[in-house]
Amino acid sequence: MEVPILKQGRYLIATIQAASSDEDLLQLRRALLDRVIQFRSRAVIVDVTALDVMDSFATRTLRDITYMIRLRGADTVIVGIQPEVAFAMVQLGLNLEGVATALDLEEGLAHLEQRARSSS
Amino acid sequence: MPDDTRVLIRSNLDIVTARQHGRTLAARAGFGATDVTLIATAISELARNIVSYAVQGEIILRVLESTNAKGIMIISRDSGPGIRSVDDAMRDGYSTSGGLGLGLPGVRRLVDEFTIESVLGRGTLIRVTKWLR
Repeated sequence: MEVPILKQGRYLIATIQAASSDEDLLQLRRALLDRVIQFRSRAVIVDVTALDVMDSFATRTLRDITYMIRLRGADTVIVGIQPEVAFAMVQLGLNLEGVATALDLEEGLAHLEQRARSSS
Repeated sequence: MPDDTRVLIRSNLDIVTARQHGRTLAARAGFGATDVTLIATAISELARNIVSYAVQGEIILRVLESTNAKGIMIISRDSGPGIRSVDDAMRDGYSTSGGLGLGLPGVRRLVDEFTIESVLGRGTLIRVTKWLR
């Protein structure tokens, strides 16, 4: 199932579904990068609220997305990591070093606004 | 065992199927949200190793029930190349593929019991168990 990407001004919002496969995540990586270029987006929010498992592949792919989009000069925020998913990630030894995270979509948007203000 | 749930693992889509079955079984067995997620994550990593290293194998899910304990066992079986050094594979940060490694030390931290048998050229059998507390 393809991950829907919403364009909201200079932001892109991608909402990952519960049963996302590796292919879906790789497709998202490609689509986000394409659209950041196409729409000259300033930032990307990836909403993982519905994602029930963040294993090594999902974590690595989200990190890759963030780094690739950063190379395009745009920011990425991962929002909505569920408490039990966070617990499992830490137990598994995974981390999202260098990746901005926020509680939910609202906090993610606030984080981006703040970054935009402090850099202008 | 007649109550086993077997999921053939051949592609990344089967990883999702396996963890969904695990989630359903664990919830039905009485595990809470956190444990269900730990179980689903362990299944995801084990199934991922099959796809990455062995190409094909299976995940077997078994609900364990005795008079004083209940739990879930996850068996990961493949007839892939096997692991050259199980001791090395069980060390954090070890990887033969330049990636994140097999993730086996991490999987061991998610569960209560962990056993692994691997024979070069024959395959790998991993059994993990999570007990309901």
